[in-house]
Amino acid sequence: MTTIRDAAQKLMQTAIGLAPERWLPGGTPDPLIGRHGAIGSSVPRIDGPRKVKGEARFAAEVPAGNMVYAALVYSTIARGRIATLDTDATQAVPGVVLVMTYRNAPRMAPPALFMSDPRAAGASSLPVMQDDTIHWNGEPIAVILAETQEQADHAATLVRVTYTKETASTSFDAATAQAHRPDSVLGEPAVIEIGNAEAALAEAAHQIDRTYHTPRHSHAAIEPHAATVWWEADGRLVVHDATQMLNGTRWTLAGIFGLKEEQIRILSPFVGGGFGGKTLWNHQILAIAASRLSGRPVRVSLSREGVFRVSGGRTTTRQRVALGARADGTLSALIHTGIAAMTAYNNCPEQFSFPARHLYAADSFKLEQKVADLDMVANTFMRAPGESIGTFALESAIDELADSMGLDPIELRRRIEPVKDPTSGHAFSARHLLDAYARGAERFGWSARNPTPRARREGEWLIGMGVATATYPYYRMPGGAARITLTREGQARVAMASHEMGMGTATVQVQAAADRLGLPIAHVTFAYGDTALPPGTIAGGSSQTASIAAAVTAASEKLVPALLKLVGNDSPLAGLRAGDVEARDGGLGHRSLPERFESYASILSRANRDEISAEAEAPMPLEVQKYAMHSYGAQFCEVRVNAVTGETRISRFLGSFDAGRVLNPRTAASQFRGGIIMGLGLALTEETLFDARTGRIMNPSLADYHVPVHLDVPQIDVIWTDSPDPHAPLGAHGIGEIGITGVGAAVANAVYNATGRRIRDLPITLDKLL
Amino acid sequence: MTPFSYARAGDAATATGLGMAEGAKYLGGGTNLVDLMRETIERPDRLVDVTGLSRMIAERDDGSLMIGAAVRNTAVAEHQAVRERYPVLARAILSGASGQIRNMATVGGNILQRTRCAYFYDDAARCNKRVPGAGCDAIDGFNRTHAILGASPACVATHPSDMCVALAALGAVVHLENTAGARTLPLVDLHRLPMGRPEVETLLEPGELITAIELPPLPWAVRSTYRKVRDRASYAFALVSVAAVLDRSGDGMVRDVRLALGGVAHKPWRAFAAEAALRGRPASEACFRAAAEAELADAAPLRDNGFKIELARRTIVAVLNELAGETA
Ligand SMILES: Cc1cc2nc3c(=O)[nH]c(=O)nc-3n(C[C@H](O)[C@H](O)[C@H](O)COP(=O)(O)OP(=O)(O)OC[C@H]3O[C@@H](n4cnc5c(N)ncnc54)[C@H](O)[C@@H]3O)c2cc1C
Ligand code: SF4
Repeated sequence: MTTIRDAAQKLMQTAIGLAPERWLPGGTPDPLIGRHGAIGSSVPRIDGPRKVKGEARFAAEVPAGNMVYAALVYSTIARGRIATLDTDATQAVPGVVLVMTYRNAPRMAPPALFMSDPRAAGASSLPVMQDDTIHWNGEPIAVILAETQEQADHAATLVRVTYTKETASTSFDAATAQAHRPDSVLGEPAVIEIGNAEAALAEAAHQIDRTYHTPRHSHAAIEPHAATVWWEADGRLVVHDATQMLNGTRWTLAGIFGLKEEQIRILSPFVGGGFGGKTLWNHQILAIAASRLSGRPVRVSLSREGVFRVSGGRTTTRQRVALGARADGTLSALIHTGIAAMTAYNNCPEQFSFPARHLYAADSFKLEQKVADLDMVANTFMRAPGESIGTFALESAIDELADSMGLDPIELRRRIEPVKDPTSGHAFSARHLLDAYARGAERFGWSARNPTPRARREGEWLIGMGVATATYPYYRMPGGAARITLTREGQARVAMASHEMGMGTATVQVQAAADRLGLPIAHVTFAYGDTALPPGTIAGGSSQTASIAAAVTAASEKLVPALLKLVGNDSPLAGLRAGDVEARDGGLGHRSLPERFESYASILSRANRDEISAEAEAPMPLEVQKYAMHSYGAQFCEVRVNAVTGETRISRFLGSFDAGRVLNPRTAASQFRGGIIMGLGLALTEETLFDARTGRIMNPSLADYHVPVHLDVPQIDVIWTDSPDPHAPLGAHGIGEIGITGVGAAVANAVYNATGRRIRDLPITLDKLL
Repeated sequence: MTPFSYARAGDAATATGLGMAEGAKYLGGGTNLVDLMRETIERPDRLVDVTGLSRMIAERDDGSLMIGAAVRNTAVAEHQAVRERYPVLARAILSGASGQIRNMATVGGNILQRTRCAYFYDDAARCNKRVPGAGCDAIDGFNRTHAILGASPACVATHPSDMCVALAALGAVVHLENTAGARTLPLVDLHRLPMGRPEVETLLEPGELITAIELPPLPWAVRSTYRKVRDRASYAFALVSVAAVLDRSGDGMVRDVRLALGGVAHKPWRAFAAEAALRGRPASEACFRAAAEAELADAAPLRDNGFKIELARRTIVAVLNELAGETA
């Protein structure tokens, strides 16, 4: 962890000189911020028709000649060794091509753990099938390749294995006794103390000191993890993956298999939902190894159970939030501490204390994260890791404080609104949280709420309203390059190895590039999802839109001077320099002299060129060094709780967001809504049942792992302030994750208002309300 | 999945002939059996597809209704006579599973679907139902959805069907046939309590095929309903469900009542004790509560499912209140 921090710091320093002026702290905003063009309009998803027609090929659908199908066998103990392993019956099944176990698996280096290097993508650093050791219940112990999936699946059931068990750490409660501070929490310190918060709490006029529990969650993207892989005759490796980390996966695989990055090509044009889960897990590595051993292309497509066993999800936490307040509501102490379950082989401490670092003003802070080591599948990122469940605890506690003081919870938040970032002291680049509250309250009808719990009832149904703050950081990932190619026909092709997981990435980037180049969107294409293209950044941390936009801007800044070099003396642009011109109407023109304009087509044909390309790397994300950059929102919820059965149903929901400039209202609304729906699952139904006796996940199926179904989801209203952040490319913030944050608390607070019962332990199932 | 042979039976005689063989299983819509075969929990050598048999719903002269075992769940729920005369059954079916599953699922398969106990589904776990004598991992494990009534130290699983709860309340009769002959059995007697042998779930003889269910004429069943309490609004098994039929006389007394509970036991649970406590008593909340208490007197909680006792009590009272209000 320290390595990555140091490396990042060094990169930052060298990059300062390269960053364009306008993103340097105090620089001028992106000129597109004020422009109205394709950006800001509700362009439908350009991948939509292909998906509806079934023409979009996902990783498990890519054809390959002579391909075999993989099935995995999972361990049934959490820790120990394989004592006996009998695969005779498996080998004998007709159609079986290969049985791979630790005995014959090729030697592979362990995956480089995500964040151990800026390029690493490994979800865990555990070696993959290299010896007889078992590290978690569900770890793959054999791979069967067969001519059909059914043959492989059947043969997998015939593997006979016995184990020598060792004592495993599978109880979170027990492991918390040895909880320890991680080196860092995603590059941030694990602990922040300002003043003496415990002392301030003890002296405070009003005190809230509560413990909250959140359970494990499993990823349940509609597309289970899959890959189709093969080795070319010349030793090059082709991987059709479902991934949100193309370049990281390539670099990490190169390390595992001892290849050069250039020898590997990863393609992932469509991903059926990522949410943080589509990274590098065992299945791709095993498929590649088995393909090498068998000499055949391999398809691995995890069953739903496989997704639960092989890829991790959100980890469980125990969090304490304590607030000390004066009579006027201002905070003298804000304490948010807690423990998350993790493994010794990964680095995902679930940054639940991050919201408290930036949301509210207080005189003193104590913010601390610990981890407890368990033997389990490596936990990982899952939509707003940390912020989703951190806001559950923090925003529930704020509501408890408001209630205990007889204050409206929105009014309390007004009183603790900070003027600058409360822990870093940085200025906010853009913060309109109170505006989002005001708009949301107005539209939701918050004033109709009766602050007294249990005051509203219709028949059996108790009705309540709750509110909570949503927050998620602005991130832009370092690295990444884009290439723009302009053709004589006046078309632009933009390329960057980025990811489309259904969010609308390609659509929005076409819109942005069209405005950047002064072209209609029909004249712009965006190529992505292939490591043969200029390198992209990860699709994580809601960072991709800004990261790509920054790279495209950099490329356009190279393209303009290159174009000007082509213009001859006869051009209306003759003698102009890059600073004099702007892209508009399918060409370049002088900023203030309309007649001095020439179209791209004309420039290129005059110069006798078919096309011109420019490629450039995005500048380092220095904006986050100087400013506190975050998105915000106010989540409003109305619930109905059945007084007889305790069943909770959401009757209304509204999210009011402050997330920079909204680039495409249609795709944005869908991201906000999708986040809220996932938040309703977090609030009411989702829980991975991890058996503390065995470390085994007991509900690895969508029949038993309850995500919200249609009937659980009411009409969800989403609105936004649409206020550009002057320090972000396009003025935009990422919006993929903000939607889920605050939802858990908004629901819990509404349940309290409906019933008078505080549920501090998610999910809010009916047994907790009886 | 373990390889198996497949035959489609055109009539009951062919089906039972094929079904007598060791290792044979009848196949309905496959929505439960095929899932279990994929998990290798079920490993039949031979599947005898009986979805081609008896797909009729017939109203008979005596007022009873015969529903063929191969009728799809959706077709039962949509049938006019069912909707009008036995609303409890239509509601129970529609509260179960999803539209797609109900379109596939048959009456016979629904009755014989197996428990959703997570340890039964996972062959890494100990389960007496799967491997007699192996032990039961649910007793000290996740058992929030498990039984509060009629469980044994060997098994605490529940029968998951909604439809069967309504059938139990209505006093449905199951028509059976094998090569030895045909017979009938009340639905409430078809399923067993686990006792020492949870692997034996029904009183079916080897190779016995369900050919039909018969709903007795029960004119007062027009006032019947089903209420299912679950973890999400749809597409979740019952934590507790109540099927009830109430006949209230003009003077506010309970003339007759049928009550059955789901999600609480190894079988659809006909609440005989509650019924007895209600007959001839006032249709009042106090009596409903006393009846619920009587039924739940022997209820025993496990680690995670104690809430079900209170939930069942409340749901019984609410459902009876609702029906009493309707008939007032
Ligand atoms: C995700 C999911 C959710 C569900 N939710 C619910 C729910 O909420 N409520 C609910 O009640 N159910 C629910 N179900 C279960 C569903 O109702 C059953 O799977 C279905 O009714 C089984 O019918 P089938 O015809 O598909 O049976 P099959 O799977 O074909 O067979 C089931 C069993 O019945 C036997 N069988 C079938 N027909 C006959 C016959 N005529 N004679 C003798 N034996 C026979 C088979 O041998 C097998 O043992 C759910 C299922 C799934 C997968
Ligand atoms: S409750 Fe019954 S089905 Fe579940 S594990 Fe125990 S014996 Fe098996």
